Amino acid sequence: MRVASTAAQHHGLARAAGYAVLIASVLLFIVPVLLMIIGSLKPDDRVLMEAGTVKALWPDSVSLRNYADVFRRADFARFLFNSLFITGSIVIAGLLVNSLAGYAFARLRWRGRTLLFNLLLAVMIVPFEAIAVPLFYQVSILGLRDTYIAQILPFIANAFSIFLFYSFFIGLPRELEESARVDGAGVLRTFFFIIVPNARPVFATVAILSFLTWWGSYLWPLMVTIGPRVRPLPVAIATFYTLPPLQWGDILAFGAMMVMPVLVVFVAFQRWFVRGVAASAIKG
Amino acid sequence: MAAVTFHHAEKVYPDGSRVISDFNLQVTDGELLVLVGPSGCGKSTVLRMVAGLEEVSSGEILIDGQVVNDWPPQRRDIAMVFQNYALYPHMSVRRNLEFPLTMRRLAAAEIRQRVERAAAMLNLTALLDCKPRVLSGGQRQRVAMGRAIVRDASVFLMDEPLSNLDASLRVQIRTDIAALQQRLGITTLYVTHDQVEAMTLGHRVAVMRAGVLQQVAAPRELYENPANVFVAGFIGSPGMNVVRGRLDTDDRGLVLLLGAARVPLGAGIRTRHPGLEGWCGRSMLIGMRPEALSLTEAGAGLMPATVRSAESLGHETIVYVDAALETVATDMAATARGTGDGAGPPLAAVLPGHRPFKREEVLNLSVDPDGLYCFTPEGERI
Ligand SMILES: Nc1ncnc2c1ncn2[C@@H]1O[C@H](COP(=O)(O)OP(=O)(O)OP(=O)(O)O)[C@@H](O)[C@H]1O
Ligand SMILES: [Mg+2]
Repeated sequence: MRVASTAAQHHGLARAAGYAVLIASVLLFIVPVLLMIIGSLKPDDRVLMEAGTVKALWPDSVSLRNYADVFRRADFARFLFNSLFITGSIVIAGLLVNSLAGYAFARLRWRGRTLLFNLLLAVMIVPFEAIAVPLFYQVSILGLRDTYIAQILPFIANAFSIFLFYSFFIGLPRELEESARVDGAGVLRTFFFIIVPNARPVFATVAILSFLTWWGSYLWPLMVTIGPRVRPLPVAIATFYTLPPLQWGDILAFGAMMVMPVLVVFVAFQRWFVRGVAASAIKG
Repeated sequence: MAAVTFHHAEKVYPDGSRVISDFNLQVTDGELLVLVGPSGCGKSTVLRMVAGLEEVSSGEILIDGQVVNDWPPQRRDIAMVFQNYALYPHMSVRRNLEFPLTMRRLAAAEIRQRVERAAAMLNLTALLDCKPRVLSGGQRQRVAMGRAIVRDASVFLMDEPLSNLDASLRVQIRTDIAALQQRLGITTLYVTHDQVEAMTLGHRVAVMRAGVLQQVAAPRELYENPANVFVAGFIGSPGMNVVRGRLDTDDRGLVLLLGAARVPLGAGIRTRHPGLEGWCGRSMLIGMRPEALSLTEAGAGLMPATVRSAESLGHETIVYVDAALETVATDMAATARGTGDGAGPPLAAVLPGHRPFKREEVLNLSVDPDGLYCFTPEGERI
């Protein structure tokens, strides 16, 4: 009896320790976000004053004044629209273009496929910063500075997305497509009626990954935008920060609103996303 | 309805392997032809070439008299049942059945009517709103069949459609397929590696080996007149035994020297092999149906034989024995000619009843001379 109960105690202790580690790491990641959201609800002058105290997480009073201030002091709606429009366009056009390209690499037989595929793999390891300047040069020559096009077009086709689609498609049973071909569907109809509905996890994965990438993109929009007209949120918040008077509550409210769409997208697609990652992990 | 003709069709895969060589075959209108052969001999490749899923490297394939080499699959008016059924997982049974019709832009009313007819024919009506993943293997198989028959295609292709089913279901669906094909009268090319399936289902059976067609004939003809030792060894369960022997004459006429035994040949085998006299004094390969072997008393038989193993089937027993004969593996015979490297496969005998046989037990077997077949040392029929 005694042995059994100490074993159970041991077990309980191990569990408790495990939970403690988990809770600690959750806190580590979530506290900055909490500080941002709670800070955004406090009067501007309290934010820094109470930063090191328990009141940072437990405010005396809350109000949405800072949010109203953001809209008053900056054209937030415009920046939000710009960000949504640019990121949304990249994601949606990217899903179409990259999935078709991935399919062509995975299934169609054409001249130069191997060469192009190797090129694709090579392009994947080139960091954006390396091509930012030549790309800027190109955009300037084309007269596309300070446009949406300059912020959307270069990022639609994406080597990593193509590769994700490719590896998913290559793992789909071939008979599915062959059966559709025999049943009378051409290449495109096979793709849209048979492949796409069975590839939802990879579409969700690519959508989330590219949304996250381009939503937070800063360097490129900073380079190509001149005024606030087509400027997205990350550049806007950097400018807002430098706008006197320095109001921490407003800045945190701006940040909170900027993070909101990311959370919404993630929660909406999370089920598919997790499944997609798990599926690609199983396939190895 | 249409005939399918292969005219010197060949397939060389991009990696350079020649998988189908000089393939000539005609599947006549309304016929059920079974393509059978061991795993990897190229059966699926042949089927896929007809479907347009694989290019024809040289030669021609004709459907209904037209060369279809360059036609994409959707133009060929073919329906195919895949080994793993390839049902569309995201569609209900009804949508699966509708798909080939929708792709051909039939009117909605027509589609509905055809789907319901096919569903009724295959007993699928109650399952129409299910997704494939909830169906049993047999039900999935029927959906795959249904998707093929809704179309009224001119040719059916089936690639081992029963191999994922358990034995009893296989027998039942085999019968259903035969009946369905009879009723619809659609030209059908059916692939299997199971010779029992081939023999029971096919109007004619085409036996393939390593990409080369060996013989095309009605099942009974295939059993009674195999064109070479490969076909002889492949057809029948177990297949024909093949041993080395010599032909000689004595006062009783033609005799076969099988090891130490001398077997006088009767009229039956002489009519089957008209040119046999010319082979006097020469060695050849002798085929012995397992059914032609029987037990006799000591001394009277062909030879003593030691039991290696036995499989009782209830009404009969298959006994595998070692005898003082040089046996030849039939799938090797045509290539490995004359290399007597000792231990060949055991001799199979089908004996009636189910008396127990012990390992190492010595039996006396005799052979019915009319169950013997003569082949050249290269394995071709004499
Ligand atoms: N895409 C390919 N490239 C190269 N070789 C291939 C390809 N597909 C099949 N083969 C080879 O061609 C041969 C015939 O293959 P096939 O699938 O037609 O055989 P099968 O008779 O259908 O066999 P099974 O009964 O196992 O299905 C095999 O040796 C196989 O390895
Ligand atoms: Mg096969």
